[in-house]
Amino acid sequence: MKRKEIESSAKEKKKEILKDLKGFGRKLYCQMELGKFPWVEMPSRSTENIFYSPELRQYILGEKSVKRSARNIRHIRPFTQMVWAGFFASELVKNRKTSTLRDVYYSAQAYEMSFKDQPESNNIITDLETATGFAREDFNVFPEERSAIFGDLTIEYTVPGYEGKQLNLTSHPDGVMIGPSLVSSEFVKTGADKVIAIEKGGLFTRFVEERVHERFNALLVLTAGQAPRATRHFIHRLNKELDLPVFIFTDGDPWGMHIAMVIISGSANAAHLRGLTTPDAKWSGVYATDIVDYKLPSDPLTAVDVKRLHELEKDPRYEGDLWKREIKTFLKIKKKAEQEAFSRYGLTYIVDEYLPAKLEAMGD
Amino acid sequence: MVTFQEISPADFFYRNRDIAGFTNPSRAIFASIRELVENSLDSADQMNIPPEVYVRLSQENSATESGNGVYRLKIMDNGSGISARHIPSAFGQVLFGSKYTLKQARGTFGLGGTMAILYGQITTHKPVLIKSSTGTSKIYEYKLMIDIQRNRPLILDRKTRRNKEQWRGTIVEFSLEGDYLRAMSKILEYLKQTALVTPYADIRFVDPKGRLYLFSRATKNMPPPPTETLAHPYGVDVETIQRLIRVTDCRNLLDFMRKHFHRVGQGISLSFLDFVGFIKTANPQRLKPEDVTRLVETIKKFKKFKKLFGKVSEENLKASLEKTKSQNMLDFMKSNFPNVDRTIILRLLSSAGFVRTKNPKKLRPDEIVRLVRMMKRFDGFLPPDASCLSPLGEELLRTGILKELKPEFIAVCQRKPSTYAGHPFIVETAIAYGGDIPKKDDFVVYRFANRIPLLYDEASDISVKVIRSINWRRYKVISGMPVAILVHVCSTKVPYKTVGKEFIADRPEVKSEILNGIREVARRLQTFLAKREHVAKERRRLSVFSKYLPKIARFSTELAGKEEEPDIELLLRSVRKFEEKGD
Repeated sequence: MKRKEIESSAKEKKKEILKDLKGFGRKLYCQMELGKFPWVEMPSRSTENIFYSPELRQYILGEKSVKRSARNIRHIRPFTQMVWAGFFASELVKNRKTSTLRDVYYSAQAYEMSFKDQPESNNIITDLETATGFAREDFNVFPEERSAIFGDLTIEYTVPGYEGKQLNLTSHPDGVMIGPSLVSSEFVKTGADKVIAIEKGGLFTRFVEERVHERFNALLVLTAGQAPRATRHFIHRLNKELDLPVFIFTDGDPWGMHIAMVIISGSANAAHLRGLTTPDAKWSGVYATDIVDYKLPSDPLTAVDVKRLHELEKDPRYEGDLWKREIKTFLKIKKKAEQEAFSRYGLTYIVDEYLPAKLEAMGD
Repeated sequence: MVTFQEISPADFFYRNRDIAGFTNPSRAIFASIRELVENSLDSADQMNIPPEVYVRLSQENSATESGNGVYRLKIMDNGSGISARHIPSAFGQVLFGSKYTLKQARGTFGLGGTMAILYGQITTHKPVLIKSSTGTSKIYEYKLMIDIQRNRPLILDRKTRRNKEQWRGTIVEFSLEGDYLRAMSKILEYLKQTALVTPYADIRFVDPKGRLYLFSRATKNMPPPPTETLAHPYGVDVETIQRLIRVTDCRNLLDFMRKHFHRVGQGISLSFLDFVGFIKTANPQRLKPEDVTRLVETIKKFKKFKKLFGKVSEENLKASLEKTKSQNMLDFMKSNFPNVDRTIILRLLSSAGFVRTKNPKKLRPDEIVRLVRMMKRFDGFLPPDASCLSPLGEELLRTGILKELKPEFIAVCQRKPSTYAGHPFIVETAIAYGGDIPKKDDFVVYRFANRIPLLYDEASDISVKVIRSINWRRYKVISGMPVAILVHVCSTKVPYKTVGKEFIADRPEVKSEILNGIREVARRLQTFLAKREHVAKERRRLSVFSKYLPKIARFSTELAGKEEEPDIELLLRSVRKFEEKGD
């Protein structure tokens, strides 16, 4: 494909981030030069300022903003930490190095900026995201959790030492880790026409073995439980850039449902960010109604499961008919089932029978 | 058969030495030093010269069969000295002393010094050596023992030396059995506290190991000496009255009351005796014409009487006298001048010579008892004044505490004189923070009575009870702070609970004065602590700014891609300025 464009788009993004960070620094610098205590204003992330936007189909921050000033004795420490985090991020981006949240926590100590604990350091990174509007992945700060992808997609790396190198994601049967290099890569081409996200590693491997990617012409994504932000962003890109529909398979319980929901509509914690949601993605099972229809082996719902279902009932993201129906069914049958429950009909039943039926029902 | 036997005071204390504080070898050595040091300080105070006391304790031989050592104790002072004829009795006779007067002194019984010598004698059977001079041309030296059964000194040897250098003072030297190692900490604490409350004294102590402990004076100013005072009517008993009657030369009770009691004048004496019913006035029926003239003259003579009684003519008065049925002049005057106060009438009658009171020597025993009982009930007596007391004063107290504790903060307070049961007393309090004061869970409490440190039975003492009752959090004082509290009670009669002078009893009047005194200094400590806290908080605040602002400057300079960091001095200064304003 057009290599030049790929290169330039990656550089473009980098330039934009650096420009933004520089502007942030310059603003504080000017305030101090004028003999004023530096300050920044950013949207408030308190719960009363988090709203669900039906148009964007995700959580967003409201009008309220907070002012952080170095004049305030209670603000000056987190303020300094945020400025440092900005400085640290710009160094990462400039030098094309990646880092993790844990790394950030330790790196601060080298600048005599010790954080009390990991949550304090994480919170400062979130502050920086809020103040600049960029996700931490844009600053090359990645989470520790890793998920994987497998299927016919060719990507081109932009990370140092691999610039221009291409890789087809079927090249390794365990899947390719969705890490910093994959997230920052450009898509070159794909033969797939859909994305299937799977909650559990066991089923992901089964799908690869059963050649689901070929039989259903799909890219397989392992979320490994709740999908990390990088993975959610990656799914978002697959959907937006390659125009691929997304289907999500999870366990048949409130927790599995919610894994799908976070990929679709995002979380309240990330209300300050865009590009992490895939509103058109579809939850494709296991439904409560599947437990009945397929007579799946099941476990009774625990008290915690029931409580969670009642919470989800009130959640604005669960507005749609499908969600309402499934929550109701779960509460009615008081049962839950794992994806592996299909194995009672043989190891390939899920791929041979269930999956085609589901995809057809979903209108593929 | 039961045998009866009389014992002498010396014998009594020999048999009951516990009550004077000579309980065991370690207490005995402590008590000996303490009693003699107090005598020395008292005798220098009396002369109004800054005391110099030298104490030397040396070991004569180690470990007797009872496990204690024999020590030689020598105490030298620059006090008044004792005249030659009193030396044997002062040191060889129990309960012979110069302190049986109503003014404040450390000692009260004339017991302690002699007890120490008596204790030395019964444990070592060695004589005591006394050298003394009152500053005359001679120094007298005595070698004495006490005849315990007869309470008499036995003079073994006496010498007279020429006093070329006009030395004045007393040296006492004797041997005693004791346990210095166990007494050491108490002795040193005693000397330290004595130095604290006597900052004008030089005290030197050489212990058996040859170590010199020096407590130098910090000032030569001494508190004004107390003056001797008369007994207050509230504080006397039947025995006191009988003794006074025996020695008085007053022929009537009116003069007797005025002469022998504290703050009793003509008016109070009259009112009191009237209250008791001991006043007789002349019979109006039997007045002679010159008596009437005298009465009218007396009214004319004094402005006060003239104003109150108005114009009184002899004719009118005579006419009234003829008509009256009153049996005494008091009733007569009362009915004729109903608007004049009874006391004024008594004063007039007394001035004019119409009042008669009994001769005190002719009082019957039941009348004496009645007199004493009424003294307690009569509410017209003035409270005793404090001239017989010698508190240390705020200045000297401050000097003493600064000298011995070197605190960061100190507050002292002298309360106004007050009384309990006819005894005047003054409470002085102080609170000190930091310096050499140890950080403990509990306060360090220094208790003094008539400038004597009280070291034993702290828990039973009134001051400690008062301190415990206070909610210290209100004063920002928390456990673990280096706080010392000092309470000094001066009185002609300190309400000790025991003969050993160890703790002060619960007297409500004394208690409330101590409480108010401590509250006063505690409030000042609170102000100090609050200020300190504020300063510390501001300092912390400033340190936060000076820690983070340079970092913000550095990182934003890097981010902005600038070469030079912005000047943040101005910002830091503005924070500092705020601090000064807030102070």
